[in-house]
Amino acid sequence: MTTPILEVTGLTMDFGGIRALNAVDLEVNSGEIVALIGPNGAGKTTFFNCITGIYRPTAGDIYIFRPDHAGRLSLKGLKPNQVTERGLARTFQNIRLFPKMTVLENVMIGRHCRTKSFLFGAVLRTRANRREEEEILEMSYRMLEQVGIAQYADDNAENLPYGAQRRLEIARAMATEPLLLLLDEPAAGMNPQETIELDRLIKEISRAGQAILLIEHDMKLVMSLSDRIVVMDYGKKIAQGNPLEIRTNPAVIKAYLGEEVNA
Amino acid sequence: MFSRKELKKAILTSLWFVFLTMPIMVIKVDAIERTIYWRWLNSLYMAVGVFTVYLLIRLYQHRKNSRQSQAGESGPSVGFLHRLLQNPRQRLLLFAVVGAVVVIFPHFTSTYQVNVMTTALMYVMLGLGLNIVVGLAGLLDLGFVAFYAVGAYTYALLNLHYGLGFWAVLPIGGLFAALFGIILGFPVLRLRGDYLAIVTLGFGEIIRLVLENWGEFSKGPSGISNISRPGFFGIELPLEQAILYTYYLMVLFVIITIFVVNRLQDSRLGRAWIALREDEIACQAMGIDKHKTKLAAFSLGAFWAGIVGVMFAAKTTFVNPASFTFLESAIILSIVVLGGMGSIIGVIFGALILILLPEYLRALSEYRMLAFGAILVCMMIFRPQGLFANIRRHYHYHKKDSSEHDSSGQDFPKSQPS
Repeated sequence: MTTPILEVTGLTMDFGGIRALNAVDLEVNSGEIVALIGPNGAGKTTFFNCITGIYRPTAGDIYIFRPDHAGRLSLKGLKPNQVTERGLARTFQNIRLFPKMTVLENVMIGRHCRTKSFLFGAVLRTRANRREEEEILEMSYRMLEQVGIAQYADDNAENLPYGAQRRLEIARAMATEPLLLLLDEPAAGMNPQETIELDRLIKEISRAGQAILLIEHDMKLVMSLSDRIVVMDYGKKIAQGNPLEIRTNPAVIKAYLGEEVNA
Repeated sequence: MFSRKELKKAILTSLWFVFLTMPIMVIKVDAIERTIYWRWLNSLYMAVGVFTVYLLIRLYQHRKNSRQSQAGESGPSVGFLHRLLQNPRQRLLLFAVVGAVVVIFPHFTSTYQVNVMTTALMYVMLGLGLNIVVGLAGLLDLGFVAFYAVGAYTYALLNLHYGLGFWAVLPIGGLFAALFGIILGFPVLRLRGDYLAIVTLGFGEIIRLVLENWGEFSKGPSGISNISRPGFFGIELPLEQAILYTYYLMVLFVIITIFVVNRLQDSRLGRAWIALREDEIACQAMGIDKHKTKLAAFSLGAFWAGIVGVMFAAKTTFVNPASFTFLESAIILSIVVLGGMGSIIGVIFGALILILLPEYLRALSEYRMLAFGAILVCMMIFRPQGLFANIRRHYHYHKKDSSEHDSSGQDFPKSQPS
């Protein structure tokens, strides 16, 4: 049985006079992989930035459905850290790791919003604090193992090979225990072999019940992964459906390939 | 050994130096005789000297590069001291030796030396405080001295008006400075880098100007004198013993500071600070409250400055605004940068070098500050990462079978969770 996790209605974002997003609706259900595709500049990353609180949308609503909370929770106007706390975690198109921290520490940062020791716990190293630190460590290490880069745990993040950096970003986001994982072009810059491995990894994560919303340009990956595809162009949603429907949708073909002039 | 290009560059550099130093090295005006002496020989010495030094520097860099390429990519080289600190037994030995030196130091030197050392220790503490803000959280603060001033004046004024003693004011001074840290922190939460530096610089100057000009409140530039020294269980100590007592108190404070800062930087909060320094947007996206984390850094750094301020007022028994100029902020910042950002042991050495060096260079009399400047410049050329680059602790995770998460210390004093 699928239940809704994320519901976005009429999301609009203006930058000065430019409408980057125009009344976009989107919902994601539990256990689903939804792909957001569209030509460059279609507003996909803006959409991500709006729902994760980095931008404040001009209009529209964003709701998340938490199992521990009756009804829906609005995410509109919240700060990025609050959004993450409520259950959306993301990766970035241009990798944003903490380069001078170790790989393990990078993932430990992801545990930040699920733990709470502060000044006094840190200085006094109380029992609760020590237990918490152990939990952080254990969980973070598990995450690294899950994405298959545990052997790098003690290296600085900046020294990792490119593919491993992408994986680390996923591990870091997973460490926040999100309801919905947002991946912004996870395959960007990867070679075919790495893409195949990424495909396998995302499927594995999804099989564990994780709902995923991803932006991607690699059509092979999108078609292989997604349960549902949403296509955007010029800030508008122009189509949605399963991979087969999208592949044959004339509006999508037009957006991607253009139209014959005298058709 | 040297390519022609390098030799050419060396010659150009020496010519440039000859030109730069001409007014002071070559021209000498005799005001009485009304003549000018042209000491051209000096410029020759200058040229030869600079040429040699330049080549020596190049040689050093060559060696370093070839050594690095030999060592391959084995990561950052771990310094001798760090290796020493990794081994628990050697670490204990090192602490014992340092402890013994610190304890017996006053008995082998003059009161003057003890006083100088106390000042140096105060800067160690200031450096460690600023290290939280600049080194860990990456917030460039050029007005750190303001919090130091707040602490000092808190004690001076409370002592003057209400006769409160050192121990009573110590926490008040610290908390008051922390409060000012938050007051400064709020408006600058959105700022970073250069913008933040300018605002904090302004804040530091505002505090000093207020103290200088608000006569009824702070007695203006003439300052406040006759502040009580730290009390010793109600006994009034003679001057010499009071100085000794202040020294040991300062040692105790420094130890506490090291302990706290060390624990902080390996905690959840410490990791959040470093993450904030590395990438603010990613940091927020990972669920870290940027504002709370920044304010915590600001107020904690300010807290230590406030404590040292109280200590300063008690040690000198006199405060006036002239002690809290921008130069002080710059020195404290230099301590952190020179020592190595984020590294506790680096900051300790940085403070000792920066404060003690000018004292021991007194033999050079008027060339003292020149030599001091030259040493700083050389430091930054040869070790841009600071004396001791911070080496992050490595967390070690063992699989469930041992069910123990040992965190073997890679960083300076590591108290292990038992």
